Amino acid sequence: MGAMTTAAPVPRSLWAWAPALTVAALIGPVAAGLIGTLAPALGLHPTLGGAGLSLEPFRALMDWPGLGRAVWLSLWVGLASTALSLAIVILIVAAWQGTRSLARVERLLSPLLSVPHAAAALGLAFLIAPSGWIARLISPWATGWDRPPDLLILHDPGGLALIAGLLTKEVPFLMLMTLAALPQADAAARMRVARALGYGQVTGWLKTVLPAIYRQIRLPIYAVLAYAMSTVDMAVILGPTTPPVLAVQVVAWMHDPDLSMRFQAAAGAVLQLALVIGALALWRICEMFGSAVLTRWRGSGGRGNPALERLIARGALGLGVALAAMLIAGLAGLAAWSVAGLWSFPDPLPHSLTLRSWTRAAPGLADPLRETLIIGAVAAAVSLALVIACLEAEHRTGRTPSDAARWLLYLPLIVPQVAFLTGLQTLAIGVGLDGGRAAVIAAHIVFVLPYVFLSLSDPWRAWDRRQATVAHALGAGPLRVLWAVRLPMLLQPVLTAAAVGFAVSVGQYLPTLLVGAGRIETLTTEAVALSSGGDRRIVGVYTLVQFVVLVIPFAAALLVPRLVQRRRADNG
Amino acid sequence: MAEGGLILDALRVALNGKTLVALDTTLGPGEVLTVMGPSGAGKSTLLAALIGQLPPAFRMSGRIILNGRDITALPTEARRMGLLFQDDVLFPHLSVGGNLAFGLPAHIRGRAARMDRVRAALADIGLAGFETRDPTTLSGGQRARVALMRMLLSEPEALLLDEAFSKLDMGLRAQIRSLVFDTARARGLPVVQVTHDRADAEAAGGRVVEV
Amino acid sequence: MPSPLARLAAAALIAAAPVAQAQSPDPADWSGVLEEARGQTVFWHAWGGSPTVNDFIAWVGDEVQDRYGVTLEHVKLTDTGEAVSRVIAEHAAGQDTGGAVDLIWINGENFAALQSRGLLQDPWVTELPNWRFIDPEANPATVTDFTLPTNGQEAPWGLAQVVFPYDAARVETPPRSMAALLDWARENPGRFAFPQPPDFLGHTFLKQALSELAPDPAALQAPVDDATYDAITAPLWDFMDALTPHLWRGGAAYPTSGPQLFQLMADGEIDIAISFSPNEASNLIANVTLQDSVRTFVMEAGSLGNASFVAIPYNANAAAGAMVVADFLMSPEAQAEMANPEVWGVGTVLAMDRLSAEDRARFDDLPLGIATLPAEALGAILPEPHPSWVERLEADWTARYGTAQ
Repeated sequence: MGAMTTAAPVPRSLWAWAPALTVAALIGPVAAGLIGTLAPALGLHPTLGGAGLSLEPFRALMDWPGLGRAVWLSLWVGLASTALSLAIVILIVAAWQGTRSLARVERLLSPLLSVPHAAAALGLAFLIAPSGWIARLISPWATGWDRPPDLLILHDPGGLALIAGLLTKEVPFLMLMTLAALPQADAAARMRVARALGYGQVTGWLKTVLPAIYRQIRLPIYAVLAYAMSTVDMAVILGPTTPPVLAVQVVAWMHDPDLSMRFQAAAGAVLQLALVIGALALWRICEMFGSAVLTRWRGSGGRGNPALERLIARGALGLGVALAAMLIAGLAGLAAWSVAGLWSFPDPLPHSLTLRSWTRAAPGLADPLRETLIIGAVAAAVSLALVIACLEAEHRTGRTPSDAARWLLYLPLIVPQVAFLTGLQTLAIGVGLDGGRAAVIAAHIVFVLPYVFLSLSDPWRAWDRRQATVAHALGAGPLRVLWAVRLPMLLQPVLTAAAVGFAVSVGQYLPTLLVGAGRIETLTTEAVALSSGGDRRIVGVYTLVQFVVLVIPFAAALLVPRLVQRRRADNG
Repeated sequence: MAEGGLILDALRVALNGKTLVALDTTLGPGEVLTVMGPSGAGKSTLLAALIGQLPPAFRMSGRIILNGRDITALPTEARRMGLLFQDDVLFPHLSVGGNLAFGLPAHIRGRAARMDRVRAALADIGLAGFETRDPTTLSGGQRARVALMRMLLSEPEALLLDEAFSKLDMGLRAQIRSLVFDTARARGLPVVQVTHDRADAEAAGGRVVEV
Repeated sequence: MPSPLARLAAAALIAAAPVAQAQSPDPADWSGVLEEARGQTVFWHAWGGSPTVNDFIAWVGDEVQDRYGVTLEHVKLTDTGEAVSRVIAEHAAGQDTGGAVDLIWINGENFAALQSRGLLQDPWVTELPNWRFIDPEANPATVTDFTLPTNGQEAPWGLAQVVFPYDAARVETPPRSMAALLDWARENPGRFAFPQPPDFLGHTFLKQALSELAPDPAALQAPVDDATYDAITAPLWDFMDALTPHLWRGGAAYPTSGPQLFQLMADGEIDIAISFSPNEASNLIANVTLQDSVRTFVMEAGSLGNASFVAIPYNANAAAGAMVVADFLMSPEAQAEMANPEVWGVGTVLAMDRLSAEDRARFDDLPLGIATLPAEALGAILPEPHPSWVERLEADWTARYGTAQ
């Protein structure tokens, strides 16, 4: 009986399916969608008369006069906004790590993150437009404007408004990812050593903590870069229009009544994918270059100039706070529009207040609200169940996921949505999941699951395993340990992950529109459809409802664990 | 054949083909085996092997027999090995009473009966009336006693101590130590303790193995 | 169950086969259609950017539910092309029955796209009971869509005409010709805008200008001829070259839609806009979203006009219900509701002399909005050019101004 046995006899069969199922849920739709896009790009689409392999779609794409400019814009907006948000985040964290200010900032992040991209863009547009809130507040007393100046602020050809809009969403995201990476990089200990050796806060952080942190946040940065290059909703609202960025043009071709444009659209979608891959490669090269520079600088022994450090600390935080303020003020502006009567320039507030927009919108709100809640709740619940199953499988088998698995997780966030969603539409019809709520939920899970995983995996892994060992030793089986010990102890991170997943689902526009065949109406599809009409009052109503729907789960994630805690404390 | 006690039958734990721990010994009821050695010497690997929590990279051979049962391949929850860590590891989401009730076996049925057992157990360790308290409001010595009692309520057949007294201050340490060893002797439980503190070994009074 | 990919491949093979027409309801047997329609849910894909229109469609939904037991779901589009794509995609996947789209608000190139591919229901419109109120000879726009015969495959439900809303507090004498508009724009740079093509109002401005400026407007009724295209459009591009630098934002950015154009007017950014609905400005004033100093004017040379239609895709899931909705849209009650400026204010497609005295009274009693021109002041209606012109004008405009940065 001396045979070698594996040490931990874990009943694996129950959990073995979880990672495989999760990967299938993530990768299946992306891969199928890409095939559905690639075929027409190569001239294969029998109904539209493309029966044979051909490069004609790409030739037509090259002939579009705006191509060079659109490609340049996508690259410029993507790279500039990503580099800027990364710089802001790194400098804020470098200057303020370990302080109470940063802890306060951290609490603000989740609600900011949950603001849908379209809502953030609409709010910002109203804020910075020549007829927007900022111009109204300083007119006419400071500017002499009694009517809006003819200034090209929104839709500027350089894409600056779009970059600003992207910053308001990307800085909170990267900030959250960076803060989550700090404990793993043992940042506090590194900083104690650096400070003891006489390094300034910022200089010391950049020299000792940054390399470890960067490895952790590399994939989130790639996701940000890919998103910034291929966003459609934000670019329509803030971006240039003559020509627009490539992704917007691809969607426009996709909806062109001249059906032969579909081939060109598919070719454009493939080009979009190639652009993203190219930009990621460029970024990677810059990473290596930056790493070399950092290594040389580290060897130089410079301790940092205190005055300069103070300037950087205040400047970065100021910029971050300004971005958050813009986001919040934009939402407040939309809220004001939702109750505005006539509101002409340059009045900073409406002439009259009325609930007319709300009473007009109310009957139409019920259905999309219900649909949003159902889809968001189911998508978040299914994703949460899969993620917990994966993490539990990881815990029981003692295997940590490889780098490849992390890439798979980020794949849906890195492949541009336009590149695979239209192909996915064809697939949804093919498998008979057409236009149903179930199909939309499945499509949402592709985007919800990665965020739920990112949100939950760190607290899950950081959990003290001895709690499980003790519970097992007391006679509790694996399921009882999960239900009675681990989940209650991780109640707050679990609820937060669910809220994050719900928020991601609520914000989805293209997946809902394309896979739902337009039959599934959510608050977001309604808000974007209405924003094409430009009625700020109704858009304000929808955005506000959307925001309330998003904030409630985050508030619950914060409050429920405290209530549970307090109830026990009251008992004692 | 069913002799009481814990038999480690040619137990050997290896990592990448290199032997970390090898033990071949028998502990009678109430007998204590103290394993000593510097950190990294494989003390905690031995405990993980005994409790059934070895990471997959480790390979184990030999048998573990507790009161006549071969528990080598059993999951932790079926081994009936009580475990005490240097931290008390009370569940923070449960009250003191909830922690004790978690250890109580399922065969004690009925809410009232279980509550009675919990109350009696608290009285045994001088904490009568503490059942609804939050564990974080207890002192270190109180927490250590709750952890010990929770483990005893689960009716273990052997005891594993992982530096169980190292975090307690001097006065408390002697008190808790004698409580644990007296209880083990009274119940006839074989004990394996790993420690780097020679005083723990002396207090236990049993055999000492260096690894 | 076969794998999704296998099913997809099978779907692609089926798609290559000729279109199989689903069993369609026969409108000649109207009681049969009504019977079939009862209990059906009709998904009407219609542009959803205007709360005014959305409210009207919701009213239609209530009415057809009460009268015929048909449930109407308004699928709000940002672009009619989305519904066209949808039908194409279903056809590609071989879904020849039970399609997602039952009814589309459609006209022009979108109609041409579906009709030329045989993806519309066989002719059905002239069999509808309420067709008797329409006089195609007196009003050819009801059977001609951008010069293409509708062939009974789309039902008219509203007439539209180009008008130019302006803020009378800032514009004393509205410019009633393209030349006058150019002069005005030179004096008031940045205060006139039109939505960026391919938005239909953007096309419309180009076509309106071309109809006035082309040496021979009759040529626009025929498909584009490469031999004469340059000569016909040269005056238009000269005009646009002169106008563009004086547009809102100097032509470097454009509003995306008609309603956004009105938002700019409400914000005081522009003084003159373009609209395809003579009553739209009055409507917005009534909703307190536009200042009450706005009025409208039309070009002296006449205004482009066309009809809005609804069509039923070949694979509609609820074709009978869709026919019932289309017929209801042509009823005197629905048309009078639509024409009411307090509701929407769109021109009716019905011929007044074919209505009963009672039904005629519904229209006579309608109020006229503050910014709406009386019928006699709306001027001549110019026919829409052939759809091929839109495509060429859009491509040229995009190359000249739409990608100019």
